[in-house]
Amino acid sequence: MSKLKSTLPNMVLSLGIITILSGLILGVMYSVTKEPIEASARRMQTEALAEVLPPFDNDPEAVMKRVEVDGKQFEIYPAEMDGRSVGAAVKGYSLDGFSGDIVLICGFDNEGNIVNYRVLKQAETPGLGARMELWFRDPTAARSVIGRSPGQSRFIPAKDGGDIDGITAATISSRAFLNIISEAYEVYREFSGDNDFNSSYKDSSTGASPRERH
Amino acid sequence: MTSIPHIRTRRPALRHVSDINSHPLKYYRHKIKVKYLKLLYNGIIPANPVFVLLLGMCATLGTTSSAMNGLMMGVATAAVLVCSNAAVSMLKNLIPDKVRIPAYIVIIATFVTVLQLAITAWMPALNASLGIFIPLIVVNCILLGRAEAFAGKNGVIASIVDGLGCGIGFIFALTLLGAVREFLGTGHIFGIEVFGEDYGMLIFVLAPGAFIALGYLIAIVSRLRGLRAQGQ
Repeated sequence: MSKLKSTLPNMVLSLGIITILSGLILGVMYSVTKEPIEASARRMQTEALAEVLPPFDNDPEAVMKRVEVDGKQFEIYPAEMDGRSVGAAVKGYSLDGFSGDIVLICGFDNEGNIVNYRVLKQAETPGLGARMELWFRDPTAARSVIGRSPGQSRFIPAKDGGDIDGITAATISSRAFLNIISEAYEVYREFSGDNDFNSSYKDSSTGASPRERH
Repeated sequence: MTSIPHIRTRRPALRHVSDINSHPLKYYRHKIKVKYLKLLYNGIIPANPVFVLLLGMCATLGTTSSAMNGLMMGVATAAVLVCSNAAVSMLKNLIPDKVRIPAYIVIIATFVTVLQLAITAWMPALNASLGIFIPLIVVNCILLGRAEAFAGKNGVIASIVDGLGCGIGFIFALTLLGAVREFLGTGHIFGIEVFGEDYGMLIFVLAPGAFIALGYLIAIVSRLRGLRAQGQ
């Protein structure tokens, strides 16, 4: 078959058919992958929750609460064990990163200490800001935020006078990261209805969960 | 008994190139094999998309901050390149010359989007490390370059082989560049520590280091190619 000549009807027809075909392929592909994509996003969320929360036996996603603080949306996932609150995970975000927004989920126990965190979305510089997922959990370094509470230490990069060593050469990413955790902590404190986590810990050991004492 | 030595003397003789000419089928097969091997090899070293043709520099410089990132970007690009080359060569007679560029771009963008959807749906682990690079493939000159220079003029199988060759060349170049930058910048290669991170030169992880490392790699590759050309 010889090549089609570049006449107007030929060009319109050829481009039209190619775009319609590719539209069809994309449409089919979209509807085929829609379900698995949603499922994998849900699975990632569930996995992240299991990782950042203390052991729990309820379904935090079913009792998820949305709150808005200063125009920012936060999601709170309360965790319970034997009907007692063991803490909550807070999903927060920041638009102040080096590139794009940073979304992370951070789990707190009843004392307000960070159990674990997980960066769900970031587009920071690879090799620099992108190391936040591992940098702030290094167990051998003093910069680890695991087990610490933003109520007791200042969650600001050491460069800005805080207590946490930021990522080398990625101050903006570090600031944004620590800021999300601080905000998440405030949201969690507000949510648990207590300003002093040491006393809330004693209370919760008697059976009353911070959530019920509003 | 007399026929046995006769066969024995004839069979090894067939392996000589001069005798291939007298066997049309063997000659044909041999020629095809050589042609495709040449095509494959051509994309890897003599016409390497990154080091020699200097195509797709945006993706090359932007994504090679570590060896793993480079490898991932290379694999994704190679996959799309093989598919788009095949599709373009299949449709080449149906695409009038004056609208060939928009047609090629639509074909390439379709494959990239299909790949992105498929990876997000079925390979979430891969998506976490590769996801942000995939949309970049659409604007990669290598794809359009190969569609225009090769697939639009050649048969389907030759185009697939050409896509494979260029794809392997691209993977090789990006992985090498990523490894060099990761090693000089952080002291790691593929995440494995070679020397302490404190001795790393941070600039190599950043954009300026990409240009410096790529410049030196291109110089080294050109020198090696020059030596080879002299030797021949």
